[in-house]
Order: sequence, then structure tokens, then C-alpha cells
Amino acid sequence: MRDIIVGELTQAAQEIFRDFAHLLPRLIVMLVIVFVGWLIAYVIRAILRSILQFAKFDRLSERAGASQLLTHAALPTPTELVSRFVFWIAWIGFIMLGISVLGIGGLQEHVERFFFFLPRLFVALLILFFGLLIASFFARAVLLASVNANFPSPRLLSISARTIIIIFVLSMVSEELGVADQTVILAFGIAFGAVMLGLSIAFGIGGKDLAQQFLENRFLRERRTEKEDEPSPL
Amino acid sequence: MADESILSDDFIRQLIDVGEVDILVGVPTHNDAKTVEPAIRAIQEGIVKTFPRERAVILNADGGSNDGTPDVIMGASIDEQHRSFNGYTLRTLHAISTRYGNNPSSAAALRTILAAAELLRAKACTVICPESANIEAEGVANLLRPIYCDHFDFVAPIYRRHKFEGVLLTNLLYPMTRALFGQRVREPYASEFAFSGRLGSQFLNRHQWSEEFKDYDPELELTVTALSDGCRVCQTFLGTRSPTKRQARDLVDAMRQTVGVLFSALDGTFPMWSAKTASQPVPTKGPEFELSVDPLRINRKQLKEMFSAGVIELESVLKSILSSGTLSELQQLAKADEDQFRFHAELWVKSVYEFAASYHKAVMSRDHIVQALVPLYRGRMFTFLVENRTASAAEVGNNIESLCLEFERLKPYLLELWNGRK
Repeated sequence: MRDIIVGELTQAAQEIFRDFAHLLPRLIVMLVIVFVGWLIAYVIRAILRSILQFAKFDRLSERAGASQLLTHAALPTPTELVSRFVFWIAWIGFIMLGISVLGIGGLQEHVERFFFFLPRLFVALLILFFGLLIASFFARAVLLASVNANFPSPRLLSISARTIIIIFVLSMVSEELGVADQTVILAFGIAFGAVMLGLSIAFGIGGKDLAQQFLENRFLRERRTEKEDEPSPL
Repeated sequence: MADESILSDDFIRQLIDVGEVDILVGVPTHNDAKTVEPAIRAIQEGIVKTFPRERAVILNADGGSNDGTPDVIMGASIDEQHRSFNGYTLRTLHAISTRYGNNPSSAAALRTILAAAELLRAKACTVICPESANIEAEGVANLLRPIYCDHFDFVAPIYRRHKFEGVLLTNLLYPMTRALFGQRVREPYASEFAFSGRLGSQFLNRHQWSEEFKDYDPELELTVTALSDGCRVCQTFLGTRSPTKRQARDLVDAMRQTVGVLFSALDGTFPMWSAKTASQPVPTKGPEFELSVDPLRINRKQLKEMFSAGVIELESVLKSILSSGTLSELQQLAKADEDQFRFHAELWVKSVYEFAASYHKAVMSRDHIVQALVPLYRGRMFTFLVENRTASAAEVGNNIESLCLEFERLKPYLLELWNGRK
């Protein structure tokens, strides 16, 4: 009885030691990969930061309106954010690679999925960045055109234009990431419809007097110009 | 060398039939059948009387008229002219017409005229506006004579105007080109002007004629080219200016075509204009300016309201363009009552220079920068109208002169902004 217990325990200990002996080199390789990965990610971050600073990426982001969003969310500058983001993506990539070396069955699939997801993540980020750039451009264009045409509430028009474009961009980003495709499209449809309906109601009922005043002003102004002289600026 | 690909085969055949010429008169048109005839008569009379021995051609560059404008020009008989002023040209006065496109474009019209002038080796060229009902034969001759006889390269016009007409010209374009390029050309953006074959070829080969720029009027850039290349420039008085389609433009578009083009021209000419320290008068035939002071009814209140609303609503945009000091002064001004409101010269000049520097640095879409200047111009126009409400022509002239001097005085400020020292 005693011999059987001792034999079993010895065999179990030997198996554990054998497994550990098999795992140890892989663990060391994984740690080396993780460490080297950290070094490479760190260097990539430093190089990317310098490139972005040289390319005045912060200024570009400021023009795109991305900087304001980050400031509101108490996040670092766009250059810093992108550098850190790339650092973490690169390092996580190496960690995943290290984990795959361990040869643990269930994890392999997750690692592959992560590497398949990376390109989509980059495309989504690009869509987001250029989407914000376009939203900012059109919001400013609407603001300037409304101010110069003497429309009432130019800022409201500008914010509406920006909001609609951002909603549209976010729906594209979500679709690219594959996050709740149908929900996002539905939400976009509902939000867009609500904005349009809201504007119609606001202009038709809520802003009845404003609309009347606006049309009267336009009409009266046109009549006034018949009497007033308008010297050419040129 | 002219890019012949822009000229149709038929047009090249017409040019070959004409052969080399001494004088070329370009008439860019688009649905001008009702107004073009007096201008054509003046051109014919001007050439027959003043240049009877020279080989001359009238060239109509049409932008797709559907009212028979080219037929009116080609059909304008010179025989009646001969009888009426008893003169004869010793050479054939040719008239040719071509359609450069189906939509009007100043750039395409001028490009056609310049390319034809280069192919025909014209020594002196002039462009006459088809809406110029007031242009006289003497005016056409005065535009061409300095080029053909006195070897000038560019002749700008001077018009008799109402004191409140052309405020953008008197408060920005004229003072700024004068301060930067050192020559006092009062009408840098003209629809009637003359140039030498040399300047024409130079401009034809250097100007951006791509699709991107086809909607921009190139006239102001031609003036800037003449000023920045050290060409011999003079001015000639052409009398009262007839109202044109160009003048009836929306203010934003007018700013794009003039201020936008001027700001854009500053990039390539920096070495020249940064070295100029003072301005010189240019030789002028006739009075340097003539202003009428008839009373006008102008809605000044609306100008002030649009300035104030613009400065308040565009705060986020102006923040990227103007310095904090200038923006805060403008914001204070936007709050002022109509009686207290004075957009004084120094603040106006600083604002314009800061806009020019921001345009150079492209702090945002360049078109947006030009659009953002519109409310500020309205504020300045309000002040100009108030300050000169009861002023005589001479007093208005003095006020414009002092504004020009302010532009010249503050030029170092623009240079500091340009070089990023501020």
C-alpha cells in the first residue's frame, strides 16, 4: 500500500518535472520574445513619435478637431496617443507571439484571431481620423457660409453638420470592427431620421416664428435693395 | 512657347491666315451681344486712327454665348467707321473668333488670348471688356500706345468711380499691392489692361492653368507678375467705368477672385516683395484718381450687424488665424454700439496681414481663410462709409492715402509673421 502511494507520488512528481522541463525552455523563449518585443515596441514608439512631431501631426489633428475631443476627454496629445497606441499594439503582438510558442492549444486560436483583427483595427482608425477631418472641414464650411449669408443660428447648423458626419463615421468604424453591425446601422438610421425629423419639426412648428421672421427678412431685404444702393466692392 | 493643344484646329487655321501682327486686341465674351458693339467700334476706331500702319487683329474669345455675340463682333463693319471719322488703315484689320468652352471662364479666355498673341508674335496686346459701353477710341489707343511706342510692359487702367465704389479695392487690394510690391497701381484687378508680348509669354508659361485654377480670375496675378518681375508699368485714365457682370458678384466670390489670388501670389514672390521698403508712383496718363460724391443710400447698419455676428460666431475659426491681441480687439469692437464703432486703420491692416500670413502657413483650408475675412471687410467698410460720409473727393483720396501709408508702415509686421517670428 505504502509502496503504491510512494510510487504514484513519484510518478506524478516525475511527470510534473518532465512537463516543466518541456515547458521551461518555451517559457524562457516566450520571456525573451516578450522582452525583445518590448524593446522593439519601445524603439518603434520613439521613432514614430519623432516622425509625427516632425510632420506636425498635432497641428493636423487640431485642424481635424481630434485634439479638442482628446482634450475634453483628458487624454494626451494626438502624437503621444498614437505613439502609445502603436507601442501597445506592437508589444501585445509580441506577447501573443510568445504565448503561441508555449503551444497551449486553446490560446492558439485567440492569437490567430488577434493577428487577423489588426488590419481591420488600423483601417477603422484611419476611417475615424479622416472622418473627423472631413467632419471638421464641413462644419467650418457650413459655419462660414451661414455667417456670410447672414443665416440665423450658424453655429447650430455647423454643429448639426458635424454631428451627422461623425455619426456616419462612427457607424462605418463599427462596421469595420465588426462590432454589433446591425445594431449600429439601425442606430445610425434611427439617429439620422431623428435629426431630420427634429429639424423638420423645429423649423415647421418650434421655429415657426423664426422661419417667418427669416423669410420676411429675406423678402423685405430683397425689396429694400431695390431702394438702397449697393456699391460694388470692386 | 504657346501650348497649341488648347487651340482648336479651326482657330489655328484662322491665326495662320492672319499671320504675324503688331497689335492684338482680345475681347473675352459670354452673352454680350447687347453691349459689345460700342466696345468693338471703339477698338476699330482706336486702331485705325492711332495705328494705321500696324498689322492688327481683334480676337474674340467666347465662352459659349447663345445670343450670337461672336456674330455681332465678326459682323461689325469697319467701313462705317471709316466714313464716320474719315480715316483708313493701311493694313487689313482682322477680326477672328473662337469658342474656348461652353462656360465662361476668365482664365480660359485670357489663356486663349495669350496663346494666340504668342503664336502671332504680337508686340502689344490689350484686353477690352465687352461691357465697356463708355470706352472710347482714345482709351484703347492710350492702353496700347505705352506698350507699342514707349516699350512699357504693362498698362493698368484708372477709372472715374463713386467714392464708395470699389471699397475692397481702395481698402485692401490697392494699399496692399502698393505696400508689398512698391508701385502705386490703383487698379490691380482690372478687366481692361494692356501688356507686351514678352510679359504675355512669360505669364502664359508660368501661370497655373490647370483645372484646379480654372475658376479663378488671373488678371490680378498678371498685375503681380508685372510688378514682381521688374516690368515697366504705367497707368492710363479710361473715364467712367461701365457696370460689369464681374462687379455684380457676390462678396465672397469677389474676395476669392481678388484677395485669395493676391494672398496666393505672395508665396512665389516673397524674395522680391520682402526686399521692397517703400512705394513709388508709376507714370500715369491722365488724373491719378477721380471720384464722384453723389449721395448714395447704403444700409450701413446691416454691415455693422454682420461684422459683429461674424466675429462672435467665427471665434473658433478666427482663433486659428489671428493673434490673440488682434482677436480680442475685434471682439471688443463687435460689442461696440454703432456710434462708437470704429474699425481703425491699424487694426484693419494688422488683421489683413495676419490673414495673409495664415494663408501662407495654410493653418486651415485656404478658401476658408478668405471666407473668414468677409465679416471683417464688412466692418471696415462700415467705418470707411462713416468716415467719408460727408467727405469731398480730395478728402476721400487723402484718407485712402493714409491707409496706404499704414499698410507700408506695418509691412515689417507682416514679414515677422511670415518668418514665424510672431
